[in-house]
Formats: sequence, C-alpha cells, structure tokens
Amino acid sequence: MAYIDPHIHMVSRTTDDYRRMAEAGCLAVTEPAFWAGFDRGSPEGFRDYFRQLTEVEPRRAAAHGIDHYCWLCINPKEAEDPVFAREVIAMIPEFLDRDTVLGIGEIGLNKNSRNELVILEEQIELARRHDRLVLVHTPHLEDKLKGTRLTMDALAAGGIDPARVLIDHVEEHTVAEVLDRGYWAGMTLYPDSKCTPQRAADIIECYGQERLWINSAGDWGPSDPLSVPRCQVELRRRGHSAELVESISLHNPIAFLGQCDRFRPPA
Amino acid sequence: MPPGSCPMPGQRIVDTYFMEHRAKLLDIAAFFDRLDRAADGEGRDDVRLRALRRAIPLLLEDGPGRVRKMLELFSDHSAEPIPQAHTQSALGADPHGDY
Repeated sequence: MAYIDPHIHMVSRTTDDYRRMAEAGCLAVTEPAFWAGFDRGSPEGFRDYFRQLTEVEPRRAAAHGIDHYCWLCINPKEAEDPVFAREVIAMIPEFLDRDTVLGIGEIGLNKNSRNELVILEEQIELARRHDRLVLVHTPHLEDKLKGTRLTMDALAAGGIDPARVLIDHVEEHTVAEVLDRGYWAGMTLYPDSKCTPQRAADIIECYGQERLWINSAGDWGPSDPLSVPRCQVELRRRGHSAELVESISLHNPIAFLGQCDRFRPPA
Repeated sequence: MPPGSCPMPGQRIVDTYFMEHRAKLLDIAAFFDRLDRAADGEGRDDVRLRALRRAIPLLLEDGPGRVRKMLELFSDHSAEPIPQAHTQSALGADPHGDY
C-alpha cells in the first residue's frame, strides 16, 4: 500500500533500506536534520551535513523511485552551547531555497534547559521570518510532557500558525493537548522509547484521523524503517478501511507537506 | 476513549494479542527475578524500579487511560526550564519523582 514516511533519518540507513522501503510502497520521505550520534566538532560540520541532506540523499532515494525532502536546523541535543548553535542557525538561510528543503526541523527541546529553549525560540523566529513549515521534536521519556508544553508555548509566543507545525513523537499523554491547540501530531513508531504500531492504531481509534500522521524516525537507535507499513497492516487487521489507512499514511502527509510549494505530491 | 472505536470484536482482540502480552508480562517478571539474583544485590531502590513498582498496579485499574496514566507517572511535572543540561539522555522515570 502506497505511503509517505514523513520523518526518517536516511543518513543513518543503508541503501538496502531504500530498496526495502520502495518495495513496501514508499513513495516519498522527509528527513529532518538531527543529532549525528555525537556532538559535531565545529559548525562547519553542519554545512557538510546540510549538503548531504540536500544533494546526496535525494540522489540515493531517486535511484529507488523515492522522492526525498529535508528539513534544516540545529537539533536540540546540540543546542546547549548558544554560541555554537547561532553559527549553525546563521548558515541555514544559504540552504533554505534549495529544491527539496521543506522547512525548519526537527527543532524542539531535549532536556528542557534554558539554552535549549532560547535556541528553539530563535529557530521559531527563523521559520516565521522565512514563512516556513516547522517540524518539532518532543523530548524523550520523562521529559516529553514538560517539553511538549514548553515548545507549544514558545510556538504560540513566536506567532507561528499551528496549522503549519507538526509536533512529532506524541504519545498518549501529549496527543490530546497537541491536537486541542491546533497543531498537527506525529506518532513515531519506535520499538522501545516511543509508540508501537499497535499503540498508534489505538491513538487513531481514540482521536480520529484528522491532523495525525505516522512515521518511523528510523535512525541510529533500534528502529525499523518499515514501521509505517507495519502500522498499515495493524490497522487493516483490526478491520479499519483502506480509506482510513491511506489517509493516515499518505493523504495526511500530503496535506501538511503540501503547504510548502516545494513539495510535489507523488504521482 | 470512545467505546466501540476499535472495530475488532473483543474476543478476537484477546485471541490476537494475548500471547504477545503474556510474553511481555513474563519478561517483566524475569527482569525482577534477575535483579534479585544480581551479584552485588544493588539496584532495587533505583528510582526507575520504584517508578515501575508504582506503575504496575495501574494495569489493574478500571479504564480508560491506563497508558496515559502510566506515562504521566513516569513524567517530570515541573514547569520551568532547567538551568543547564548536564546530560543528553533521558532516564525513563522522573529522577526527582516521589515514587
């Protein structure tokens, strides 16, 4: 069944994963800028990374018939040093007009520190100034509830339209507030530290399909780049319609991402 | 949670998911047994264990919202940003939680 994976870190995946995803029905991916598994030694490390996101990954994806888009930012884990972070933020506009850049992301908080919040606010302002979509990372585990609320407050203060923001990695204790405040909500299907396909299906049953999407966030940790098709199968085996499954895994991503004129709905 | 929002009949839910969750429960029991056998006897008062012991009875409460309540139990409920991040990792339970 055709799908889009709107949050997956293909820089950390082998080319075999692109092949398997294509065979499973993947038409497009969007890849937010994230932590490399270590703290980069200099801001120039991000220049090479942004080139990888905007030049290398689209070519690697295209070889398998998959459209690749990206988001740019300094990620929350490397935001504790504001001087460093601001050098990276200053280089983002050089890349913003490239064909496959959809917006600013994945910005957010990690440990909910003051410096992380300041850098988040500055990247929200960057998105506002350039009228770009925003993709938000919410913190892990015990930090998620607090960080989600701090982030939504920062977005509201920054004057961003909630309809142009996707707040990712929601779980059962954050999804209601995210949707009630008008944001889009992403469920990340990650075996240990986020949602499972089963729990994502439960959340859809409780909250409906509006402004919700699913993604694999496949990255360096234990993760499965075929999580989205797994969730499609879970929904179908429960008896949900093909229409609902398509909505969550294809039409909702198209609706949100299509707010950026660089995004071309897959044929 | 809206009743009837899962289209799968209740008996089929049991038939489909029981074995997987029986295994998950056994894994939790095995984890506790393994801790009892720890060579140095340490770890039992770890905040994460205390949080887990508080979370487990939530399984047997009437619904809805067991998952949400469990996640809220594990969460940091403070509102102000912390002065500085001294680690990049999360723990899985509130390190200052009163468990």
